[in-house]
Amino acid sequence: MPPTPAIQIDGITKSYGGNPVLRGVDLDVAPGTILALLGSNGAGKTTLVRILSTLLRADTGTAAVHGFDVTGEPARVREAISLTGQFAAVDEILTGRENLVLVARLRHLEDPGQIADELLARFSLTDAGRRRVATYSGGMRRRLDIAMSLIGDPPVILLDEPTTGLDPQARLEVWDAVRELAQGGTTVLLTTQYLEEAEQLADRIAILHRGRIVVNGTLAELKALLPPAKIEYVEKQPSLEEVFLALVGDDAAPAHEQA
Amino acid sequence: MNNHLVTDTVTLTGRSLRHVLRSPDTIVTTAVTPVVMLLLFVYVFGSAIETGQDGGYVNYLLPGILLITVASGVAYTSYRLFLDQQSGIFERFQSMPIARSATLWGHVLTSLVANLLSLVLVVLVALAMGFRSGAGVLAWLGVAGVLVLFTLALTWLAVIAGLAARSADGAGGFAYPLLFLPFLSSAFVPTAGMPGPVRAFAEHQPVTPVVDTLRNLYAEQPLGHDGWLAAAWCIGLLTASYGLAMTVYRRKLA
Repeated sequence: MPPTPAIQIDGITKSYGGNPVLRGVDLDVAPGTILALLGSNGAGKTTLVRILSTLLRADTGTAAVHGFDVTGEPARVREAISLTGQFAAVDEILTGRENLVLVARLRHLEDPGQIADELLARFSLTDAGRRRVATYSGGMRRRLDIAMSLIGDPPVILLDEPTTGLDPQARLEVWDAVRELAQGGTTVLLTTQYLEEAEQLADRIAILHRGRIVVNGTLAELKALLPPAKIEYVEKQPSLEEVFLALVGDDAAPAHEQA
Repeated sequence: MNNHLVTDTVTLTGRSLRHVLRSPDTIVTTAVTPVVMLLLFVYVFGSAIETGQDGGYVNYLLPGILLITVASGVAYTSYRLFLDQQSGIFERFQSMPIARSATLWGHVLTSLVANLLSLVLVVLVALAMGFRSGAGVLAWLGVAGVLVLFTLALTWLAVIAGLAARSADGAGGFAYPLLFLPFLSSAFVPTAGMPGPVRAFAEHQPVTPVVDTLRNLYAEQPLGHDGWLAAAWCIGLLTASYGLAMTVYRRKLA
């Protein structure tokens, strides 16, 4: 028997003013795996994430996170999850360390100061920890945002477009952080518009299109949906990303020198 | 509801007080307009105003100026609450296992502290301008109590504006009409000389009994009917705005 899914979504629908956004979404995510939810802008990814994080009520259907129903036991769901929204939700006026301490306090944990220092070290933010977040680069903000999500070790993490708007270097840093999470047994649901991100990170990929999940499988399964690959010989041109990273990657400034 | 309301409120109040401490100009800005009005009315118009009461015009004017201070100070609460929603940190808090109303209480208590600081600034200026009172500790506690109730009532109104606003300007703009209420009350001149309809409005709106009560408290006069009326207005406004704010809040979360 397969283990109980960490996220279980059955027939979720949601409309805004008669305009259906989700038309019956079914999706399971197994514990300790990374599922990438792919979809174009406006496909309803954020709506689904907001329903799972108890910020929005579905019109019909049920969803359970870590075994708790999102409408029946929202408080238990909030204990089990952590949400990182589309825009880095950090407090700009506070320092990085103060942001982490704040979240640790709100999760009612012992010794918030020590938790903050450990996370600053883990996300290479120790030197920037005492500076106001308003002085951080986009990548540093996003790393802080993800660090804030890890406080209290929630078993399920919802990442809504974690790398949108980041430069390639910062994106790689976020990917490393997500991989590390999954190795620690955390279940990750990640939404993205970048196909490459899904390929790089996900154990399974689901595609949300016009309010429904149209496919759900491993990368290999998804590739098998298309006719078998035929062999062609093509001159390998480096992608612009490879060029960019080759030129700046090695001496890309460590976190504390960026601003 | 859960049992973390108090600890979460303390944590979030600490956060938003840090915001205030890191931009102390908000406290000064709140006090600037009332101080300018105080100077203008005492030194320019004051000699032409006959209040029929003992003490200089600054003694007559101070309560109204204090209420104007609060009315302009609470606009920052709407503004901060609006920015929290814009930045996404509001949603982060709402998706965490906290007592959900703590996010509002944190802003409300911060407003109370920030406004009391601005009020102290204004009172210091008034003292420098010759405001004097022989009132005892009890009367001053009474003044503080009335101002706290009034600040809480207006702050919860500001919370409604902050939750409902669609732009930062809209969030702060709700306070302007509040700034004019003291002009149509006994705050600047006695109501007795006003024409009929204006006088009727002035005598039946909350600012007049609140102003008269503050004045009676530090002039060591009996409070009488006005005291009860002021308390009823403040508590009534507070209850109504708190109730409405919570309704708007719950609707927003649903």
